[in-house]
Amino acid sequence: MTDRQQQKLLKKQEKARRKEEKYYLASQWTLMARKLTKHKLARVSLAILGIFYVVALFGGFFAPYGLESYDASYKDTAPTQIHFRHEGEWYGPFVYKLSMQRDPVTYKKVFMEDTTTPYRLQFFVQGEPYRILGLIPGNIHLFGAEGGAKVMLFGSDSLGRDMLSRIILGSQISLTIPFAGTFISFILGLLIGSASGYFGGKVDAVIQRVIEVLNSLPSIPLWMALSAAIPPEISVTQKYLLITVILSLLGWTGLARVVRGKFMSMKNEDYVLAARLAGVSDFKIIVKHLIPGFMSYLIVTLTLGIPGMIIGETSMSFLGLGISSPATSWGVLLKDAQNIANIANYPWRLIPLFFVVIAVLAFNFLGDGIRDAADPYK
Amino acid sequence: MTTRAVAPSGLRKALTGHMAKYIYRRILIFIPTILIMSAVIFFIIQLPPGDYASSYIASLKAEGNVVDATTLNELRNRFGLDEAWYVQYFKWMRNIVTRFDFGYSFEQAQDVWTIVAPLLPMTIAVSLITMLFTYLVGIPLGIYSAVHQYSVGDYVLTTIGFLGMAVPNFLFAILIMFGTYIWTGTAFIGLFSKEMSLAIQSGTMQWYECFSYSDFWSRLLVPVIVIGTSGTCGTLRSMRAQMLDELGCQYVLCARAKGVSERRIIYKYCLRAALNPTVSGLSGSLASVFSGSTISAIVMNLQIVGPTLYNALKSQDMYLAGTILLVMGFLICVGTLLSDIMLAWLDPRIRFTERSVE
Repeated sequence: MTDRQQQKLLKKQEKARRKEEKYYLASQWTLMARKLTKHKLARVSLAILGIFYVVALFGGFFAPYGLESYDASYKDTAPTQIHFRHEGEWYGPFVYKLSMQRDPVTYKKVFMEDTTTPYRLQFFVQGEPYRILGLIPGNIHLFGAEGGAKVMLFGSDSLGRDMLSRIILGSQISLTIPFAGTFISFILGLLIGSASGYFGGKVDAVIQRVIEVLNSLPSIPLWMALSAAIPPEISVTQKYLLITVILSLLGWTGLARVVRGKFMSMKNEDYVLAARLAGVSDFKIIVKHLIPGFMSYLIVTLTLGIPGMIIGETSMSFLGLGISSPATSWGVLLKDAQNIANIANYPWRLIPLFFVVIAVLAFNFLGDGIRDAADPYK
Repeated sequence: MTTRAVAPSGLRKALTGHMAKYIYRRILIFIPTILIMSAVIFFIIQLPPGDYASSYIASLKAEGNVVDATTLNELRNRFGLDEAWYVQYFKWMRNIVTRFDFGYSFEQAQDVWTIVAPLLPMTIAVSLITMLFTYLVGIPLGIYSAVHQYSVGDYVLTTIGFLGMAVPNFLFAILIMFGTYIWTGTAFIGLFSKEMSLAIQSGTMQWYECFSYSDFWSRLLVPVIVIGTSGTCGTLRSMRAQMLDELGCQYVLCARAKGVSERRIIYKYCLRAALNPTVSGLSGSLASVFSGSTISAIVMNLQIVGPTLYNALKSQDMYLAGTILLVMGFLICVGTLLSDIMLAWLDPRIRFTERSVE
């Protein structure tokens, strides 16, 4: 073996050793992230959720039309057909305008394509003004058709509003309420759970009883009762906040139980005793030494709690007890799919359902992935 | 199969020893839980501003009706509508405990109990049948999935399991109603056929007689599937995970080495241990069955308490809504009690240690 080869080999070994060392020195979070990226379903879910949230954030840009913009001549239209060939020749993606007629026999509305003039689809077209996050104004939309033709990829509702736009703008509510709700649950669960676990005794007994009571109440009827108490005349923002609070009122109990259990088992650990002997305050022990020890469990519990909140919000709005117009959410959109005649005639009313299911599935898979990643024994 | 000879003495021991102590203690905890729960429920249902009696008078006057002041005053006094919520709560509770009087439904002008009582048997029946369905389907499929890990069947079940947990109940109800409409031409609505509901209303048929008709059972199947699917899928997933954990244990290896048959290992050892979380989740699943049945019943127009609760909440008929919530909570608490006792019976460790209920 030549010197050169030997050196190469040594370098390689050194590299491998460094890598190994890095692995052993890596923090818990680095290890978790590494395991999570290896989990295929979790990775895909994370990507899907990322797309969902980016689209929701820049909803005004991605939605071709505004929330309330309607076209009375486009009521209950099926998803717009996108054509590529006009009169037998390649033209690129375009749409035709629709004209409404009555079927002479059944008197049902029929939409016919007016195939005389094609309207090209374009990216970055100017359209209705919007504000991203209520701050940044804009009027460029991702896509649209030239010459005032309508592109409604998911069809329109009974008022002639574009379903796709409403789904995108509705996701701003449907996808953020669970996040805000989870945040409130997180704070409540952490505070109440740590109080229960750290102090024990009477405080613990009372808190446990309250948790038991809340767990003994069926969630949807309780949410219904609380939402029914919201006065109808309050503003959209207030309603949003109230629904969030209502959903999180039941969400914290699971978290508080996890926190309490962890506190109970950890407060007698040697390192906590050491910290106490060194004169560290209670608060600092909790925040600095106890909470990091079970943070990963908290994140798992939180992620797995989000799907329930999505379904909760959707159910409430569906029943007319949650978000209501002028605001919209996936549940509000699904209200139109309440009766069978509607679905039979306009099956595209069910499209929001797929978004609900995908979001719920993605959070479930992500939660599973994080749980596997957080488990040190796997 | 041989029955264990120790069973009778074990049972006798169970009724006197630790087990009895455990049961007494659990029942003692049961009472304050119900009391706190009723207070929470009452607080929630009285939250909307104004009381029904005042708005009732207003609407009657608006329609030009003569309001009988004495009956309304009677109502106000009976429930203390002018007083603070906790005073009203105490009056409500006192009436329930002393006279089994759950209050008055202003909307339907009837005593609450006469409205709720006829709905209860069917509510409980649908819930119990749904739970039975959940376990009878979920547990065997979960075991199959675990024993045949990574087989085609496992993947199919896993996919169904995740989908079933992700589709909200009410949308599933709509999809099934739509499906039955397409396939059979009539949409699925209600638990009883027209003739049956007429017969029940007129009193020529008792509610329990409907169980002897095959038509009722076929009508029951749809709501049971709709309400039970998410629970079934949850049971399937947790059963699979638990079984896999157990199958990976050392004792399984040991049993295999000793030549114990695979069947025996699975059903005698692993299943017993793996059932624990499912049994302790019994009350939770009752809660989710109530939760799911409420919204599904509203969509499918089932004759159970769900739609009544919905209407009561919408019209702020507080005693009716409160009573339905209270009954649901009470049943769930009873379920918790039973599942805790069952768990203690299944798993001796629980009887001896001070568990988290302390």
